[in-house]
Amino acid sequence: MELIGIFKYLYEQLVATGIPQVWVDLISLVASAVIIFGVLALIALFLVWWERKLSADFQQRMGPMLTGWHGLIQTVADAIKLIQKEDITPTKADRPVFFWAPIICFVAAFAVYVTVPFGEGLIVSDLNIGILYIVAITTFTVISLLMAGWGSNNKYALLGGMRSAAQVVSYEVPMIVAILSVIVFVGSLSMVDIVESQALIYQWYIFRMPFGPIAFVIFIIAATAETNRTPFDLPEAEQELVAGFNIEYSGMKFAMFFLAEFINMFTVSAIGATLFLGGWQGPFLPSWVWFLVKTFGLVFVFMWFRWTYPRLRVDQLMEFSWKFLLPLAFANLILAGWMKYSGWFNW
Amino acid sequence: MAQYAAVLIFLLVGIGIVLFTFFMSRLIRPSNPYKAKNQSYECAEQPIGDSWIRFNNRFYIFALIFVVFDVEAVFLFPWAVAFGHLGLFALIEMMIFIMILLFGLFYAWKKGVLKWV
Repeated sequence: MELIGIFKYLYEQLVATGIPQVWVDLISLVASAVIIFGVLALIALFLVWWERKLSADFQQRMGPMLTGWHGLIQTVADAIKLIQKEDITPTKADRPVFFWAPIICFVAAFAVYVTVPFGEGLIVSDLNIGILYIVAITTFTVISLLMAGWGSNNKYALLGGMRSAAQVVSYEVPMIVAILSVIVFVGSLSMVDIVESQALIYQWYIFRMPFGPIAFVIFIIAATAETNRTPFDLPEAEQELVAGFNIEYSGMKFAMFFLAEFINMFTVSAIGATLFLGGWQGPFLPSWVWFLVKTFGLVFVFMWFRWTYPRLRVDQLMEFSWKFLLPLAFANLILAGWMKYSGWFNW
Repeated sequence: MAQYAAVLIFLLVGIGIVLFTFFMSRLIRPSNPYKAKNQSYECAEQPIGDSWIRFNNRFYIFALIFVVFDVEAVFLFPWAVAFGHLGLFALIEMMIFIMILLFGLFYAWKKGVLKWV
């Protein structure tokens, strides 16, 4: 069942009420923003539960079992607990910076979904600079982490914020170049055009030998670093920095960082699925189901990484990006350009 | 332009949702601050000094290299979009551009800038 029919019906009902077109557009945009927030909140709640269950499975434990069926509503209980928690602002903190950091973190994670195609037609606004917009907006997360680190006036937080800035900045470039090698083939930045250019399975960019798999691997590695996940979780390394940049945060402010972190993980998986795995394309099932299957598959890969690889050292982390990933990504981009020009495997 | 109205709406709705949840939590949460609780956390020790101090300039150097490559990426985006009908000339030109920047990276590498210790 295609979901787009429901939204088209609702939109027509709205038009039929006879209010001016400006208001119709405004109401539909605000409604879609609220719907997407609801969906993202559900996804984040599910991902927290899933991560806990998976880590339990990897370690042969049970994980949360008591709240609901196999602990399914455990994260709902956690959210209810967090909303009741006292909100502490340290006396020495820079109050406005401390206050706005979680807001910017969440909004940066949320605003990406303007142009993420959840299915055929299920996109709020097909921006013509789609992927560039996504890359630009996700970078705002760094600013919020730096603000959190600086504003807390705490040594662990400052170290975590600085590390995350250095790390995200270093892995940003290989990620952009890996994305560009796909853009060379598509010839458009729009997310819908990217998905439509990979209608059949052998057209998925991950299967375009030889540049596709290389770009995909670079993208996955850089995305793991961008979302500060293990093995690149130095900014919040529990054993040395306690919790990194969010150490002084409590209650709903902490919840916002946590929510944004899981939304970001879903975002990079969604971008990966859109760029390399054909987005919503697939037979038999509705398009949005295919999108979710591919995205959750990538999320599973990220969670799998977490329990497979040990954490890197800071110097290894930085040198890996600048001395290996970046030259490789550029070589791959030139290869992709050559393939596009010469017509090799240009099906 | 109408496409981009969605971006503005999303930013506003996003900020609104967060402020709303902060407000809701304010209604039901306790508030009992005192001096010791509001102290900066330092593993239960009395915090020593301020944390707004001079910082390792490695971070600055990496940020500097990043800016170079990020600006390059901005140049690469229009190139990648238009590449389909530009042909060999654009490919070779962009190869030269990338080579110059990679040469810069190699220079920084040999100068020991990329070493993190």
